[in-house]
Amino acid sequence: MTFILTAVLVLGLTGLVISLVLYAVSRKFKVEEDPRVARIIDLLPSANCGGCGFPGCAAFAEACVKSESMDGLKCSACKKEVMQHVAAIAGHTVELGVEKIAVVKCNGSCGNRPRTGIYDGAVSCAAAALMNGGDTGCFYGCLGCGDCVKACKFDAISMDAETGLPVVDQEKCTACGACVKACPRSVIELRNRNKLDRRVYVSCVNRDKGPVAKKACAVACIGCGKCVKACAFEAITLENNLAYIDPDKCRLCRKCVDECPQHSIVAVNFPPKKEKTESTENN
Amino acid sequence: MNTFTIGGVHPQPNKLTADRKIETLALPKQAVFPLSQHIGAPAVPCVQKGDTVRVGTKIAEPGGFMSASIHSSVSGKVAKIDSVVDASGLRKPAIFIDVEGDEWEPSIDRTDTLLLQNNLSREEIIERIKNSGVVGMGGACFPTHVKLSPPKDCTIDTLIINAVECEPYLTADHRLMLEHPDEIIVGIKLILKVLGIDRAVIGVETNKQDAIELMNSKLSMVSGIEVMPLQMKYPQGGEKQLIEAVTGRQVPPPPALPANVGCVVQNVGTVFAIYEAVMKNKPLIERIVTVTGKSVKNPCNLKVRMGTPVSQLVEYAGGMPDDTGKLISGGPMMGRPLLDETAPVVKGTSGILMIPESEAARREERNCIRCAKCVQACPMGLEPYLLAAASESGDWECAEENWIMSCIECGCCQSTCPSRRPLLDWVRLAKNRVGGIIRARNAKN
Repeated sequence: MTFILTAVLVLGLTGLVISLVLYAVSRKFKVEEDPRVARIIDLLPSANCGGCGFPGCAAFAEACVKSESMDGLKCSACKKEVMQHVAAIAGHTVELGVEKIAVVKCNGSCGNRPRTGIYDGAVSCAAAALMNGGDTGCFYGCLGCGDCVKACKFDAISMDAETGLPVVDQEKCTACGACVKACPRSVIELRNRNKLDRRVYVSCVNRDKGPVAKKACAVACIGCGKCVKACAFEAITLENNLAYIDPDKCRLCRKCVDECPQHSIVAVNFPPKKEKTESTENN
Repeated sequence: MNTFTIGGVHPQPNKLTADRKIETLALPKQAVFPLSQHIGAPAVPCVQKGDTVRVGTKIAEPGGFMSASIHSSVSGKVAKIDSVVDASGLRKPAIFIDVEGDEWEPSIDRTDTLLLQNNLSREEIIERIKNSGVVGMGGACFPTHVKLSPPKDCTIDTLIINAVECEPYLTADHRLMLEHPDEIIVGIKLILKVLGIDRAVIGVETNKQDAIELMNSKLSMVSGIEVMPLQMKYPQGGEKQLIEAVTGRQVPPPPALPANVGCVVQNVGTVFAIYEAVMKNKPLIERIVTVTGKSVKNPCNLKVRMGTPVSQLVEYAGGMPDDTGKLISGGPMMGRPLLDETAPVVKGTSGILMIPESEAARREERNCIRCAKCVQACPMGLEPYLLAAASESGDWECAEENWIMSCIECGCCQSTCPSRRPLLDWVRLAKNRVGGIIRARNAKN
């Protein structure tokens, strides 16, 4: 019986002494942390995607609290309301820009872009881009090895087995820009989400002259400039045989879509057209 | 018998064209000259569309210290300056020349007479080499005039002539030694004069016994130059491997150069080009290309004008066999796959290889089983499995710490891997990235 008593006493006393020491030490060396940081971290997505330019969500939260205003601080993965909440906790006000989404600017599916060779090296776009011009005649378009899929922390990109091209899930995409950085061919761009997620963009990055581009891919932009003339808002520019639609100037009239002889301008999330003039009149 | 000590593999030699004499290929209809055929800055064109050029006319000036000039190998009119897909698989700017006749620059000595002596000084020889656009003919295309001007603080004592040709299939250097031994010896003497030393060693693998015997008989009256037969092992033709095999010295990791251990290495093809440039005033406008493959009808060694489309070489060799799975520019170990036959022959094209489909296809990739065969095979003493894994996960720091910049991209690791992992692809990627990081860091400091 006494053995048990001794054991309990010894262990209990040891525990008590150690806990007192620990308590004293923790009081003496206490790190003062702004409680707001923890609250902001709780709001952030904790994906540590790096889209904000900081090493992770915790670093971003600290920067929010420490800085004077929210200028240059933006978590692209957060919704508008969340960002406003974060700013409120940090004691700042925030002006939110337009919401963005990653857009894959290549339509070179197996049908549109005939294969000229077989690439069977390491499954990595970066390695394929180093090796040679890829397995098609297009030296600019998607290589199809899925570096963007691997880069996405939000599981928003997947490869379409049929076309061999990446598809962005518009629900999941947070426009953090990780895929834009991962793509060695700069095929992906962050563009405005617009109302009802409607977008009009040139789905091609081929800067070759018309005949060369056309030979490589059936839906390549040939730089004919028809869309530039068709656009009433000066939103389209032509550079290096490639048209580009400025997302801030585009009014989604879709005139250029009808005009493009190569069908390389794509309009998404629009209801099917009933009459040709309807949508343009609205604008 | 000497060889290098670390790693190495023994691929099937397949030297199908060792007994085929060098034949001269007809002129092409149009010759294409990419502006970056060498390591360093691309050359800058000094002709314009519509200009008339002769064989040997300089068409592009060096774009910097580390660069080389380019000469027309044909006579005719400059058709355009546009881009072309070259052997690297990427589109690069190039000069296109439509061929008309075959009119040479009058300053070039076109006779076959062997010239033994000249009174040029060291500087004049280097100047001629530079003006002739000579680069390393082994495949890396390092500008030769740069290599012949080693850093001042290094004392050079040995010139090593690389006649190893360890790549399977290729026989261009072998045939050159058999058909032009005297020219090569004069070329070696010129380099010795430039370097101010009196010892040269020609490293030859034992599978070229006839070349060893011929060179030995030619050298019996010459002092200072010797032939060293080397045990067959790939990649003995690598600069650092050859230095170790011949002298027993090991070159430290980059940024150290072979000059730091007192050696300068030149390919035997380069030596021939130096002879022609200095003694005959003939710029680098031709090279010997081995066109071969197991099912090729007429495998051959061809003397080809630069800029000739590969298709013409393939046609001469009896056309592309039906079972071809891969067309390679260079040897099977280090060569680059060609997407089509329109690519032009450039200064570094040592061979055109048609591999049957059954051998070309990569088999299914499996997981790494940590057998360390790649470590055993690596001639630089690296750990390819680790470098590949670091590359795959984007850990560039780990790759740099493990000496990725020492990799010579010989492909031993990949060829020996039982799991058929694309180790070299990953290592190349990491090497490219780490190289960029190092350059950016150096630029900052």
